[in-house]
Amino acid sequence: MIKVTDLHKNFGKLHVLKGIDLNIDKGEVVVIIGPSGSGKSTVLRCLNRLEEADKGQILFKDISVTDDKNDINVIRQDMGMVFQNFNLFPHMTVLENVTLAPTRLNMMKEKEAKDKGLKLLKRVGLGDKANNYPNQLSGGQKQRVAIARALAMSPDLMLFDEPTSALDPEMVGEVLEVMKQLAADGMTMVIVTHEMNFAKEVADRVLFIDDGIILEEAPPEELFNNPKNPRTKDFLRRVII
Amino acid sequence: MDFSFVKDYYMFFINGAKITILLAIFTIIFGVILGVLFALMRISRNPVLKGIAAVYIEFIRGTPIMVQLFIFYYGLSFVGITFPDISVLGSNLNDLMAGIVALSINSAAYVAEIVRAGIQAIDKGQMEAARSLGLNYTISMKTIILPQAIKNILPALGNEFIAIIKESSIVSIIGIHELMYSNSTVRGITFRPFEPLIITAMVYFAITFTLSTLVRAFERRLQTVD
Repeated sequence: MIKVTDLHKNFGKLHVLKGIDLNIDKGEVVVIIGPSGSGKSTVLRCLNRLEEADKGQILFKDISVTDDKNDINVIRQDMGMVFQNFNLFPHMTVLENVTLAPTRLNMMKEKEAKDKGLKLLKRVGLGDKANNYPNQLSGGQKQRVAIARALAMSPDLMLFDEPTSALDPEMVGEVLEVMKQLAADGMTMVIVTHEMNFAKEVADRVLFIDDGIILEEAPPEELFNNPKNPRTKDFLRRVII
Repeated sequence: MDFSFVKDYYMFFINGAKITILLAIFTIIFGVILGVLFALMRISRNPVLKGIAAVYIEFIRGTPIMVQLFIFYYGLSFVGITFPDISVLGSNLNDLMAGIVALSINSAAYVAEIVRAGIQAIDKGQMEAARSLGLNYTISMKTIILPQAIKNILPALGNEFIAIIKESSIVSIIGIHELMYSNSTVRGITFRPFEPLIITAMVYFAITFTLSTLVRAFERRLQTVD
């Protein structure tokens, strides 16, 4: 599904990614963990080119994301993204948020998009909020709408950038529940998160990134119970699980 | 004080006000169109467009409007741009066009800065979310960023519209028969320097107060939408 080779990224003088290699298969759920500033969000944002990579190649379904010849807007249609701060469009209703992209991109008729939007909102447990505005929702509800909005494009891959970090603790569960459902339905997912229990439960593979490189990757039970790299051990000891 | 001249010469003020309003309408329309264009150029990633917009905005904001007015008054015919020699509400069309162009070019620089600030005040996550869905830059700007930016922009833009009306008084020096010019005409006829100014000020105030009331009403309507 996605193949990253020798990915490098600089922010000014700061060398944030120092050669990331990564393969993700269809249906796989990959969780990226690591200390803040390690570059884990940057990896994710390079995948759909919200950040331009300075060096390296990213192939998504065998199409180069980094090549200017390929229309990034078309590539992004198959790659959903969920942000830490939800980024819902505040001037649109919940349903309009969800139907905007499919209708604007002429993928669906208004009616069809609405039906699908309502179905998706029901799926994330917010069928009754379709006509509300985002500022009338709780954080957890907003994030579930954001997930529905990304799903409305029927993506092949979903990117989650710390989806629960901005939530009050009691709202985290409802968002993770939706993500678990999605994983169970076979969606390919790349998730940057600090929720170690969630990673244990849902991930097929966990990557530990520090200082711009993947230091260790393994299935969750192995990485959490028996980390090999001393920095992974150190990080996990400090994170209260 | 003696306002008895009003009943004989009130038509001067009414015709002057008509020209002032006409000038303001065209200046606002062209100023906003050009201003949005320059604002988008200023925030674009293209260094050439960005540079042109930056130089334009700095230059216009850094030179007196009276100098700009004369540049266009003499400059338009100098470069061979002339308009039919007809009269619009008592003013020569060539003079009027020079006035509209100068005021629009001037106003566009200020509008551009207002619009730029309004756009940049929108959280950059909004653009990222729109782009991540596969929407291109133009659609994202039109459907996500600008509708939200309008609310930030509108109050400042209302002030700019009022400034346009007030500053349009300067075009009296190139012989456009707007309100300030009418004031001078009436003063010349009546030999009264003071009282016509009171009338003129009241007419200006009536126009600007009407406009600011309209802008406020429009702002309130936008507020209730969300």
